[in-house]
Amino acid sequence: MPERSQNDRTMIEISHVTRSYGAFKALDDASLVIREGEFFSLLGPSGCGKTTLLRMIAGFDNPTSGTIAVDGQPMAGIPANRRPTNMVFQSYAIFPHLNVEQNVAYGLRRLRLGAAEEKRRVEEALAQVSLTGLGKRGAHELSGGQRQRVALARALVMRPKVLLLDEPLSALDKKLREQMQVELRRLQQAVGITFILVTHDQYEALAMSDRIAVMFGGRIAQVASPKEIYQRPVNRQVADFLGGMNFVKAEIVEENGSSLVVDTLGFGRVKTEKPKAFVRNGGGATLGIRPERLRVLWDDASSKFEVAGRVIERHYFGEITHLIVEIPGLEKPLSVTETNDFGADDIPVGAPIRLAYDPDALVALAD
Amino acid sequence: MTAAAEGSQPLSLGRRQRTSLLQSEAAQGFALISPTFIYALVLLVVPILVVVAHSFWTQNYLTIDRTFTLENYRIAVTEPIYLDLLRRSLWISLLVSFFTVVLAYPIAFYISFHGGRHKGLWLFLITIPFWTSYLLRVMSWKVILGYNGVLNSGLMGLGIISEPSTALLYNTSAVVITLTHAWAAFAILPIFVSLEKIDRSLIEAATDLGDGPLRRFLRITLPLSVPGIVSAILIVMIPTVGDFVTPKLVGGKDGVMIANAIQAQFGKGANWPLGAALSVTTMLVVTAMAASTVLIIRSAARMAR
Ligand SMILES: Nc1ncnc2c1ncn2[C@@H]1O[C@H](COP(=O)(O)OP(=O)(O)OP(=O)(O)O)[C@@H](O)[C@H]1O
Ligand SMILES: [Mg+2]
Repeated sequence: MPERSQNDRTMIEISHVTRSYGAFKALDDASLVIREGEFFSLLGPSGCGKTTLLRMIAGFDNPTSGTIAVDGQPMAGIPANRRPTNMVFQSYAIFPHLNVEQNVAYGLRRLRLGAAEEKRRVEEALAQVSLTGLGKRGAHELSGGQRQRVALARALVMRPKVLLLDEPLSALDKKLREQMQVELRRLQQAVGITFILVTHDQYEALAMSDRIAVMFGGRIAQVASPKEIYQRPVNRQVADFLGGMNFVKAEIVEENGSSLVVDTLGFGRVKTEKPKAFVRNGGGATLGIRPERLRVLWDDASSKFEVAGRVIERHYFGEITHLIVEIPGLEKPLSVTETNDFGADDIPVGAPIRLAYDPDALVALAD
Repeated sequence: MTAAAEGSQPLSLGRRQRTSLLQSEAAQGFALISPTFIYALVLLVVPILVVVAHSFWTQNYLTIDRTFTLENYRIAVTEPIYLDLLRRSLWISLLVSFFTVVLAYPIAFYISFHGGRHKGLWLFLITIPFWTSYLLRVMSWKVILGYNGVLNSGLMGLGIISEPSTALLYNTSAVVITLTHAWAAFAILPIFVSLEKIDRSLIEAATDLGDGPLRRFLRITLPLSVPGIVSAILIVMIPTVGDFVTPKLVGGKDGVMIANAIQAQFGKGANWPLGAALSVTTMLVVTAMAASTVLIIRSAARMAR
């Protein structure tokens, strides 16, 4: 898929936004800049404030403090119906008394484009979401996936500056969801509109986004590209939320501007890149390594960097096998994900095993 | 499923069918509603049949001649007095259902959309006036609208009128006002229920697509509450046509309705067959009027896209 060239123009600027419900802060001092044409995801566990933030951008809710600007224009005091944003609701909110065409034309009707132009734009939007020919279908005659597409077309047809999507795929089954992820990304590239996607599914966020903001408990923990979020999470919480991660206790030996030297029991002395948000808390730190960055060393193969241990559990997942490996000296066993092409699914439980790793795959994490 | 299971054991087919009939959902449902069903049959269908039968007979002083005749219907639909009463009754019930719904809608809307956590309390408060007898409520309207009534005293106190108006009581509008008040709660409830059923995200979606409060009310809330409006109208319109207490108490000479004439035929007039024919005619006309009102509202809602 060719990457659409993005510019660096700011489309949305969220600064120090807090939303309180009494003493409880659903959103706590969130600041964020989203660029024009970007596919941006808000990722976090249930209740972390993603929907709250999205609804404030759409204008359905107002910050207790802080400001939101869309395309340079402050949004305070502008009601939802006059904001240059459109939303795809989690429930899709398809108008039940209107057919597909009338649903899609709903927002256009007010613009008085004339029947021909309105029809042309509706057709165009339906084509964009592959619903051509279903215009006369009633709202109740649609499958979940089709409803999702209608909701998408209805918002896209308005040509908003920003399209807001609140967990648009969560109601679909796995296969359709994966197909829609690809389609949604392709669509975004084609129309060039800034998309903000709310999701609690880390794979969805990783697969679709240009950048991701990871949120916990109303706070934004990290904003970065999928690759960076996955490979260089800023803390244990982010690392843990984005797939599995082995955590290894470490002693800090040396700390300078950009790097960190630590001692671990299993992995020995390691020099790693120091994360931006690293805050030293005494002499301890945590090293993390993703299960798929540990490779099984077969027979007499060897690696400059390896650890040895014993397999204590094996879980088969079709294309991969999950091994739990006990390493002498480590308080917790390591999980290892290995593809099955070399027979990892045949490794007996209890067998001795050696694992190779790339020291670059070790990340230092602030606790 | 059942067909396959039966097919595999053809020998016990007969027995299986019987049990499956007894256990079928329809049969169970029927068993469940049968007490109510029998009750409804005895108290609704039988009286209607009795009335319909009478309408084809003739009153012969104290006895009833049971030979079939359409004479009663001829009188019912040609005699100017009955036509006039029927027309007036329909007009009054149309007015009453219109005003009731127009007044009930905003109340139902307010409770549904702005009632917050106290919706139940609001609905409860609305039903309080209905704990008193209907007659008492009609009487209190007499007190309000009467010659020395609250309204006249109030208007005189404000200097708007110099002597009590007699235009308030004993006429059609007094009947309409009293009935509108009497039916308000019955109209609020179905409208409230249909408003409650509207998914609030639909209204947000309309807002998101650019509609202000008025537009989204006209394009989303109102069309989706049509079922409630329709039930409210039916609930009010049908019994109103047949009301005879209200016109008797506050209607005076102008407010007489068809039910008063029917009552007279069954009472003083002692002509049951004519009364029955008037009843049946009224029922048919009301049904037609209610059906066409429903159709008009439905198509109006469809147009409002
Ligand atoms: N009206 C409200 N009153 C009080 N608390 C609220 C209100 N709305 C939301 N919250 C709280 O704010 C927090 C954030 O809610 P939000 O809906 O933004 O979560 P979310 O990240 O979208 O979660 P999910 O993935 O479950 O949709 C939650 O803890 C929620 O309980
Ligand atoms: Mg949410």
